[in-house]
Amino acid sequence: MAVQAVESRTSAPSAFGPAVALSCRECGERFDLGPAFACLSCFGPLEVAYELPAGDPETLRRRIEAGPANIWRYAPLLPVPADVADRPNLEPGLTRLVKADNLAAELGVTGELFVKDDSGNPTHSFKDRVVAIAVEAARAFGFTTLSCSSTGNLAGAVGAAAARAGFRSCVFIPHDLEAGKVVMAAVYGGDLVGIEGTYDDVNRFCSELIGDPLGEGWGFVNVNLRPYYGEGSKTLAYEICEQLGWRLPDQIVVPVASGSQLTKIDKGLKELIALGLVEDRPYRIFGAQAEGCSPVSRAYKDGHDVVRPVKPDTIAKSLAIGNPADGPYVLDIARRTGGAVEDVDDERIVDAIRLLARTEGIFAETAGGVTVGVTRKLLESGVLDASLTTVVLNTGDGLKTLDAVAAGPTATIRPSLAAFRAAGLAAG
Amino acid sequence: MSVSVRIPTILRTYTGGQAEVPAEGATLAEVIASLEQNHPGIAARVLDDAGKLRRFVNVYVNDDDVRFEGGLDAATPDGAGVSIIPAVAGG
Repeated sequence: MAVQAVESRTSAPSAFGPAVALSCRECGERFDLGPAFACLSCFGPLEVAYELPAGDPETLRRRIEAGPANIWRYAPLLPVPADVADRPNLEPGLTRLVKADNLAAELGVTGELFVKDDSGNPTHSFKDRVVAIAVEAARAFGFTTLSCSSTGNLAGAVGAAAARAGFRSCVFIPHDLEAGKVVMAAVYGGDLVGIEGTYDDVNRFCSELIGDPLGEGWGFVNVNLRPYYGEGSKTLAYEICEQLGWRLPDQIVVPVASGSQLTKIDKGLKELIALGLVEDRPYRIFGAQAEGCSPVSRAYKDGHDVVRPVKPDTIAKSLAIGNPADGPYVLDIARRTGGAVEDVDDERIVDAIRLLARTEGIFAETAGGVTVGVTRKLLESGVLDASLTTVVLNTGDGLKTLDAVAAGPTATIRPSLAAFRAAGLAAG
Repeated sequence: MSVSVRIPTILRTYTGGQAEVPAEGATLAEVIASLEQNHPGIAARVLDDAGKLRRFVNVYVNDDDVRFEGGLDAATPDGAGVSIIPAVAGG
């Protein structure tokens, strides 16, 4: 479906709330709201532009606080209709912001350390946030099938959201994903297709499918619905600030796969400042990658502003995107805010998963191991300031990546007190 | 060398709506020049002012991302399939 360039701001259809246009991040050209993702002039990514609510910040703050206990409390800041909370959806968000004092002590953090634990979402990853917004856009555009290219978590989120909202789903994943993610993607009754190749091959396939009659009328949440989908990640920024008492964190550590989430967290923080909902003061954003798929970290360290694609080889499969679409913007944001992009190897990822589980009772998937591992590395090197308020994201559930962590019983014994005593595990 | 080029939806205004068009050339640069000859204006959408591939354009020769194969110097063997794809999807 083609989109038209607009000369001036158009009135927003109510299906998109405060959103008024799609805007190219590269050249700034504006287009009508539609199922489009790349600028007609320069191929740059399109993002949603808003006319955000003006007025007293305290009134807006109270309105948000009185809203539903999920992302729809922020509906006035999202491209969704006003009655979105009443439509069948998975009600994601408002996940725990855990004050991680034990982890802080272990890492030598003297300021406040928090873990935003998004494994608490309905399909156990942050993807429920972004899919919820994409579903509303799909409804508005009249799509009846939802699709995506996925490293696993997204496939499950799309399958579940489609089931709940009454869409058909057909999702595409690399053929060699973790069993937990494959089952999660398949169980909701939609079609699941394994592609013989990497995620980047899957993504390329979906990009071609969208221009072909075979994919006619499909809403690919992270392709032709990507501008809307991405906005869901802003809710991570909103929640973190609200849960901190309407306060910006000083430092935030975000996993980087395509880089979309990091760019939208930055967008969300900037919006809160512009609306007067938080004090305008500096914050630093840090990107975290796995060494085996670290094209953005490599570009950051080399001082480049473009990202050279790589062939991924890491246990952190949910971050294994070798050709990250938003990589250049991650570099811009890390540099603009005084942050950094760093990577850790697979051994450190597993160590970090265990560390977070041991200190805070949070079992993260490999992506969470990446953020905690990178946090530790950046604290060791002094790049992260240990005296400030830092938020680390855990975007998924360890139950989906069980194979990454070889853990088992401390002992297996006969059901007798003598056997337990002999195992040396008794009190004292 | 004759190749077949898959055109993304947003460039099909230049190809009269065709999703796939033939082109000539032994390298990607030559193929794009050939496309420009037959579909004037298309090269400026794919290349920036400095004549390099725009940063949000992915091009594949058969299954290989040309960024691994020498960029515009990537060889385009006879019969190859060339795909031009917006890079902003995914993730």
